[in-house]
Amino acid sequence: MKVLPYAVVIWLFVVGVYGIVTSRNLLHQIISLSVAQASTYVLLLSIGYRTGGAAPVFADIPTSRVTVDPIVQALSLTDVVVGAAVSALLLSVAVQVHKRTGSLDPEDLRRRPER
Amino acid sequence: MTVRIRRVVFLAAAAALAVLMAWGFGALPHFGHYRGPYGDVLSRVSVPQRHITDVVTAVNFDYRGFDTLGEEFIFFAAVLGVALILRRQAGEGAGHAADYATGRAVPPTSDAVRVLGLGLTAPTVLFGIYVIAHGHLTPGGGFQGGVVLATGVLLIYLAGEFDDLHGLYTEAALERAEAVGAGGFIAIGMLGVLAGTSFLHNGLPLGATGTVFSAGTVPLINLTVGIEIAAGLVLLLTTFLHQTIVLRRRDAGAVRGVLSRDCRA
Repeated sequence: MKVLPYAVVIWLFVVGVYGIVTSRNLLHQIISLSVAQASTYVLLLSIGYRTGGAAPVFADIPTSRVTVDPIVQALSLTDVVVGAAVSALLLSVAVQVHKRTGSLDPEDLRRRPER
Repeated sequence: MTVRIRRVVFLAAAAALAVLMAWGFGALPHFGHYRGPYGDVLSRVSVPQRHITDVVTAVNFDYRGFDTLGEEFIFFAAVLGVALILRRQAGEGAGHAADYATGRAVPPTSDAVRVLGLGLTAPTVLFGIYVIAHGHLTPGGGFQGGVVLATGVLLIYLAGEFDDLHGLYTEAALERAEAVGAGGFIAIGMLGVLAGTSFLHNGLPLGATGTVFSAGTVPLINLTVGIEIAAGLVLLLTTFLHQTIVLRRRDAGAVRGVLSRDCRA
């Protein structure tokens, strides 16, 4: 199944954006953004994968072993950290929106700009 | 724009995007056929050049260290942003720090949760320190270990009350720890400049491959990142808990708090 990883990437991204576009709940939208972002992890790791390649950790394997790409794994780590930072910021905004409007529905933001 | 129109526009755009992505991915190397060359080069040179057996850590904290500095400051800025957005607003006062729920009594924490939480705290903290200290040897490092360390604090909250956390730390101490962690990364980077080489140059003795005290500056950077991430996450945790447990609207009664607004809406 050579196509499957890339199909998963497209599916995760599109389904995440679908959630952001159609959801009526800010928390659900933030989680949808995380789902869309998860597609980038799958894409990065898929690009660097090599059939039969070992994990790029030479603590218990000889340095002559062929490994998968360590760079995309390092980029995935950056990706996860940035994703956590974005989620935390958005959640704090959602908390304040709920406090001001009493609602988490993004439609209410337009209907009731002042409280 | 109604939800219906939005959905139609989305479906059209998503179909076009999916086709575009499929076309783009079609030109990539087939899955399982990574072609290199950069990843292969790094896998070959990491152990002989830097005595680092975890190549992912070698990329993050040495070869690509400057990018990781930026990554750490993204997290730093996000924690600052959350603390700023969730500061005490006008019309809010500090209430009694206790769990509450609208319309029902909150059951006390069960003994099983208390025992499990307190029993897991020490092993979790030890594991966090282990993951940070062995970042250059096996998978792990400052980011991962810092998250595990912060989980230890979360366990104490789950096993007890929010007030129990006040005996552990103050927010000022957390902020100082975060600043020391973030500044420490820059200070270690400046060692290279002071030695006449370049910023973040790994100029310390490399030691024996496979031991904790090896790989030059990398374990030190992992330590500072671990401190920064752990302190930052605990600060995030405290800020969100403070927001839901302590802060109350003054006009909504002393205990009922923000949830009472739901009943009126």
